[in-house]
Amino acid sequence: MSEPNKVQAHWAETQRLTYIMIGIWAFFSFFIHMFAPALNNIKILGFPLGFYMAAQGSLIVFVAQLFWFSGAQDKVDRKYGMAEDD
Amino acid sequence: MATEAKADFTSNLGRIYTIYTGGFVAFVIFIAILERMGVPNNILGYLFVAFTIGVYAAIGILSRTMQVDEYYVAGRKVPSFYNGMATAADWMSAASFIGMAGTLYLLGYDGLAFILGWTGGYVLVATLIAPYLRKFGCYTVPDFLAFRFGGNAARIAGIVVLMSCSFTYVVAQIVGTGLIGARLLGMSFEMAVFVGLVGILVCSMLGGMRAVTWTQVAQYIVLIIAYLVPVVILSTQKFGIPIPQLTYGTVLSEIQIKEAALGVAATASHIVPFARYDPLNFFALVLCLMVGTASLPHVLMRYFTTPSVREARSSVAWTLLFIFILYFTAPAYAAFAKLEVFENVIGKPLGQLPSWIYSYGKIGLIQICGVNAVDVASITAACGRIAGHNGMLSLANFAIQADAIVIATPEIAGLPYVVSGLVAAGGLAAALSTADGLLLAIANALSHDVYSRMINKNAPVARKLIIARVLLVLVAILAAWVAAGRPADIVAMVAWAFSLAAAGLFPALVMGIWSKKTTSAGAVAGIWAGFLTTLVYLVVTRYFPGFGVDYLGMYSNVSPTTGRALVDLAKIKAETPQIFSQGMVLINHPMASRVGWFNVANISAGLFGMPVGFLTMWLVSKFTTAPSSEMQSFIDDIRRPRGEAVMIEK
Repeated sequence: MSEPNKVQAHWAETQRLTYIMIGIWAFFSFFIHMFAPALNNIKILGFPLGFYMAAQGSLIVFVAQLFWFSGAQDKVDRKYGMAEDD
Repeated sequence: MATEAKADFTSNLGRIYTIYTGGFVAFVIFIAILERMGVPNNILGYLFVAFTIGVYAAIGILSRTMQVDEYYVAGRKVPSFYNGMATAADWMSAASFIGMAGTLYLLGYDGLAFILGWTGGYVLVATLIAPYLRKFGCYTVPDFLAFRFGGNAARIAGIVVLMSCSFTYVVAQIVGTGLIGARLLGMSFEMAVFVGLVGILVCSMLGGMRAVTWTQVAQYIVLIIAYLVPVVILSTQKFGIPIPQLTYGTVLSEIQIKEAALGVAATASHIVPFARYDPLNFFALVLCLMVGTASLPHVLMRYFTTPSVREARSSVAWTLLFIFILYFTAPAYAAFAKLEVFENVIGKPLGQLPSWIYSYGKIGLIQICGVNAVDVASITAACGRIAGHNGMLSLANFAIQADAIVIATPEIAGLPYVVSGLVAAGGLAAALSTADGLLLAIANALSHDVYSRMINKNAPVARKLIIARVLLVLVAILAAWVAAGRPADIVAMVAWAFSLAAAGLFPALVMGIWSKKTTSAGAVAGIWAGFLTTLVYLVVTRYFPGFGVDYLGMYSNVSPTTGRALVDLAKIKAETPQIFSQGMVLINHPMASRVGWFNVANISAGLFGMPVGFLTMWLVSKFTTAPSSEMQSFIDDIRRPRGEAVMIEK
């Protein structure tokens, strides 16, 4: 791959990864909580599920997502030779 | 030589902070022994304050520096794990530590908007902004705006937004230290503010970002231990399992049973969504807090300190993990406290209330029948004045302030004073660490952006650093002076900082990185449009509601449960026109913060400012000349981690 093509492909893949991340973020920040009243009918260990998702569930997803993102973006950077030296 | 020293220091970090943590635990045990020997509580409290601030001061003094990049970005050698800890302390304020659990107690499910909003924002930080600013290589956020959007117009706009969100915030932190000192340690409020000021200055003045970084790590360790200990003990007492985050599910179930027995409407239960905020306001608040998080300069600048772009990214993940540990515990505090109140306070005869009620009633955190719960006699007298009172405390006659929950938990669990002292030390650490970060953000904007970039571009390094320190001290004294006047309004205004940052800075930062077509004129217009829209909405709804109704087409917000207007504007206007059109109204004015557009509460004002900012930026950019090809290749540069930083400081 020529250098300008690499730059372009790297940015395209970075963008794709970012959009996936923003999609997950939007789902667990907003979408799922719109159904909180219905989810509250499901109980796990005493937690109504709607409450649990806002108090812990979404947070766990955010944390896991960020560790995954930092690994995945690094892979993209390495694939196109755009990563920093170790 | 320098590299060797650096490697030596970073490879020893784990050992240094392990010893520090062990030392802190040993200190707490030592205090517990002193307590058993009969040393009075106020002396133990002072020992806690003196020891912790002494340690922070020692770190601050050991980290002193006369190098510009050490002062502004800690030499860019903070490993991602430790930067994560420092950012978590930087982020979690007195309000998170002391107030969050209480907010959840009072608002139930709807309070979780704060939990979601103050965590999810880090996804935006990691994916959209922080790694790119790290690659750019600036010292401050306005630095980036000035470079990307060609000049001082963007820099000044950035500085104005930064100042308006950070200054009220730092004042609130100093008020926080005053309240903690006054409530938990029995100091006078003014004395505690002074102690706070000293605590902040010793950490930041000599070593700038470098000193603040290493004290923030130390402060995180103190605050997280202090936050977890009381509720872990409470959970162990009640369930035999030291994981309150797991056991409070059962507590939630018990709360619901109690609520039914006490006649709480099913729609107002602790776990029911959208009873205090309607869905629009709930999600608007979540969005404003998240986007605000992603644009607050004191948070973003912490990611300028990592050695690489890669570490900036993983550092955000660590930050969120460390924040998560506190935030997923807060709802447990709220649940345990609520159950205690339902089981042992409500429905009990006035003479048989638990003693913690009076401990916190005395300092104004608990009211019964409308008076501070000072002692049995005073509440019996007050309740006696209520017609038909049967001598049992009812839910309606009991009021607890949000700040009481975390503070009271050690006593609810029947723990010795040493745990309360620990909580005070934790709250102090939370307030000081956030104040340090904010103060640095403000002072750096003044010294780096205003002085070094605009007033005297060729100032020698020594002069720059002296100016930076003088400004830091001046801003700190000004903030402490404002805080000493106990400005209730300013504390309430902290939530505004998120909307202001979200509308003023987020569009410019995101578009500056993600859109090559955004022009300087577009960015400057967008920053002002977004910021001013939000500011006007905040100020008018809070201070000039009558003006808003008459001239800006605002109307009353509605109650989420009944759907009816919160205030009858027509009635107020007809019967008391002088009240309706009064200028600059106080917080208890019937219309203050109760009017607006589309039922959006003023805490979510960024909901208007953000789209206005983005739209203005896009529109103006469309009609102005596209950025030069040089600028476009510079944007390409910040999009890939490899290669030199774009801006290299001399």
